[in-house]
Amino acid sequence: MTATSLNESQMTPTNVAAVNESNADLADAPSEIVFEVRDAAVDYGSQRAVDGVTLDIASREITAIIGPSGCGKSTFLRCLNRMNDFIPGAKVSGGLTYHGEDLYGSKVDAAEVRRRIGMVFQRPNPFPKSIFDNVAYGPRINRHKGDLSAVVESALTRAALWDEVKDKLKKSAFALSGGQQQRLCIARALAVSPDVILMDEPCSALDPIATSRIEDLMVGLKRDYTIVIVTHNMQQAARVSDRTAFFTTDVDDRGARTGRLVEFDHTNTIFTSPSDSRTEGYITGRFG
Amino acid sequence: MTYTMPRPSITRSSASPWRQTKSAVMTASLVLALVVAVVPLVLIILYVISKGWASVNAPGWFTADIPIFSRAVGPGMGPAITGTLMITGAATAMAVPLGVLGGIYLNEYSAASRYGNVIRFFADVMTGVPSIVMGLFVYVIWVLSFGLSAFAGALALGCLMLPIVIRTSEEMLKLVPRELRESAYALGGRKAGTIVRVVLPAAAPGIISGALLAVARAAGETAPLLFTIGFVNQANSDLLHDPNTALSTQIFKNAISVFPGQVSRAWGAALTLIGIVFVFTILSRIASSFLSRKHQS
Repeated sequence: MTATSLNESQMTPTNVAAVNESNADLADAPSEIVFEVRDAAVDYGSQRAVDGVTLDIASREITAIIGPSGCGKSTFLRCLNRMNDFIPGAKVSGGLTYHGEDLYGSKVDAAEVRRRIGMVFQRPNPFPKSIFDNVAYGPRINRHKGDLSAVVESALTRAALWDEVKDKLKKSAFALSGGQQQRLCIARALAVSPDVILMDEPCSALDPIATSRIEDLMVGLKRDYTIVIVTHNMQQAARVSDRTAFFTTDVDDRGARTGRLVEFDHTNTIFTSPSDSRTEGYITGRFG
Repeated sequence: MTYTMPRPSITRSSASPWRQTKSAVMTASLVLALVVAVVPLVLIILYVISKGWASVNAPGWFTADIPIFSRAVGPGMGPAITGTLMITGAATAMAVPLGVLGGIYLNEYSAASRYGNVIRFFADVMTGVPSIVMGLFVYVIWVLSFGLSAFAGALALGCLMLPIVIRTSEEMLKLVPRELRESAYALGGRKAGTIVRVVLPAAAPGIISGALLAVARAAGETAPLLFTIGFVNQANSDLLHDPNTALSTQIFKNAISVFPGQVSRAWGAALTLIGIVFVFTILSRIASSFLSRKHQS
């Protein structure tokens, strides 16, 4: 596994471009696996919210999670960086490993997990601080030594925001537009050098132009980061992702709703020849 | 044959006269309610100014000692002004940090726990305790052993302020959106650091204005000071020992006197106290608007 992973990460730029051009060119040989999820489930109190999720998330790819509202997409995403720890009554079970280590092991430092696995939320949520302080927040709390302004500049550049804000770093983050705020949140996540970035419907509060900028940004970022994105927008999943997981909701006889993984495959396969009729129904717009 | 909605003219004259009448009646009653609420306030302030202005304007009002002889006419209220500032300041220094910490505990560490609910319940009960009972409590636990002092008064006022500060801090912390905390956690933040660096700054404008309103309220309290600080006529700058005096208790003592000099000093003290409370209120507005503007423009 290590030998393959090394080769994968040392892909030449032309190879990377080829991969980006078409999902079909994606080698079927497994690249390095970041998350191995085996029969994972999430309970809120006595209510099972998500059940039976088994999938592998590969390094330096964009994995999209799609499905109708309430199917547990976000809940599952929040398992991956232990964000559900903060929800009273939430309990995660099943196997979830991150680079082979049990994410929910008793000796795992959840804060360190979250530093390595960053997150971008549905609504842009900058801190009530200046643009600079927003990006510098992560390095500061992680006791960054050295030139903070270089870190901030590099994170803002990678988030394609530097040119727009370089002259107003001292201004409040709320002075930015919604799309800029969301890119600021991405820059803030990048500033702590994460390995994975989880995005929970990052464009649902943005207009189409801001959305397309974020999508371009994601495609550029996957050279260095593993990205998992939850989206309501199927076109978005088709445009940016390499693999797609389709979730749906099962309703039992008592009316309780549980989210399930239906199908997980290359994005092309999901959108052109899905093997499950429910996936086909959803992507062709018959429900959801 | 299709049905079409009737199309009334859009000119104003076609609006129903009944609707216009209702609108006028409601507007008039709202204006009346506002006037009824504001008139007593304006009257009180004007009356206090007209009665107290002469005393306050006399040279030495803010610095001179309070005349010992009841029949004496003329200024000063210096000892009561310093006493009020000292007692309120000491009460604030004790109650505000403790209250903010209590609010943080209630909202961040024990939101739904039984222990948290018990504390919240007792804080609410404490808000309803009559201030004179709070004075009596301090009289028993402190004054009987250590004697009258400004500090004893500060303890009583602090006990009155504490539950207000706890509950306003908790409410203000509750308003901080969950997303803000989560984004700090998503960067590898830990709980305590997130509270100090993100949650408290976001809640600071509300906490400060709540705390300063508690201060303003405490500054005017009379009952809990009557048997905790006593009365003196000379300034006592020792916080911990010997009786002291305050504007509110001086108003109480002088206003019931039969001598015109004392009565006019009571009016002067009332005007001074209103001025001090007014300054606190303005300061709280300035502080909280400054803090919220710092982040939002």
